[in-house]
Amino acid sequence: MEPLLTIQTPETVLFWFLAPLSVLAALGMLLVKKAVHSALLLAWVMVTLAIFYIAQGAVFLGIVQVVVYTGAVMMLFLFILMLVGVDSSDSLTETITGLRPIAITAAVGFGGLMVSLLGRATLGREPVGLEAANAAGNVQGIAALLFSKYVWPFEVISALLITAAVGAMVLAHHQRTTPRPTQREQSTNRFRTGSLAGAAGLPGPGVFARHNAVDVPALLPDGTPAPSSISATLKARGDVIDSAQFQLDNVDTTVVEEK
Amino acid sequence: MSLDNYLYLSAILFTIGAVGVVVRRNAIVVFMCIELMLNAANLSLVTFARINGTLDGQVIAFFTMVVAACEVVVGLAIIVTIYRSRRSASIDDASLLKR
Repeated sequence: MEPLLTIQTPETVLFWFLAPLSVLAALGMLLVKKAVHSALLLAWVMVTLAIFYIAQGAVFLGIVQVVVYTGAVMMLFLFILMLVGVDSSDSLTETITGLRPIAITAAVGFGGLMVSLLGRATLGREPVGLEAANAAGNVQGIAALLFSKYVWPFEVISALLITAAVGAMVLAHHQRTTPRPTQREQSTNRFRTGSLAGAAGLPGPGVFARHNAVDVPALLPDGTPAPSSISATLKARGDVIDSAQFQLDNVDTTVVEEK
Repeated sequence: MSLDNYLYLSAILFTIGAVGVVVRRNAIVVFMCIELMLNAANLSLVTFARINGTLDGQVIAFFTMVVAACEVVVGLAIIVTIYRSRRSASIDDASLLKR
């Protein structure tokens, strides 16, 4: 008997080209240190999945995957990463001892179980393929199902979407419990609390006449760098230059004769 | 090639996502791993739709996408709220109930 569904060679090639790449990107997501790199790798995995959807006859879902996931959701992730910034939790050090070996063992067990289960399972009939279902167009077919058989789940999920939007607004709303301090009160507080050193403002960065970039801490009178002169974000990123190299006696002041 | 290969890929991606949820400490990365798991499940739904020759699997994958979008919106709002009060996005730091 002629099988109902034959998979063409281009799809096979596409699968064996993209599937290893998506698995590698997913593994990279676990292994890279910075959350931004994880987000970019996840975006790549989602793009490959969108290509697989289109190859499998789910054209509408493929486009929705690109628009909703790689467009909106990943953009939201990058937005939040920008808000939260660089964090100590980006590090890969193990905080709970023995967690990683246990997790990897459990994952290998679970993955092996799933793969062997799928390998042993048989459907009892040939795969049908979507040619008949997509005959009038994929979008039309999905719309026909969505507004007939699945109209009730569709309504429920719209309620869920509205609830999520309201929930996000409630969570993001920040109500002040104390009145905002006026400029006068802020000025008074600067003199009344802590040391007087910061009362006139924090020292600016840079070493006078040598290097005035924002990543070079200013030098205190005794020659040590002033930590309050540079931004905490630069410090967390490790992008601070040692200002001692710009001290006068370290800089070569001998005049070189030009040829 | 058989359609099972898509299901194997889906299982592998799901497993990788599950490991990420357990191993990583940054709450945002944990969230991204949950997204990976949802996507892997969607791939298997699309494959099942093709095996069965009906579009029902695709409709359910579409619903999964909407649920995932809701989950991302609320989850990221929670992360930002926690970050605002504790200046940390590490899931190990949110241990108030332990003490």
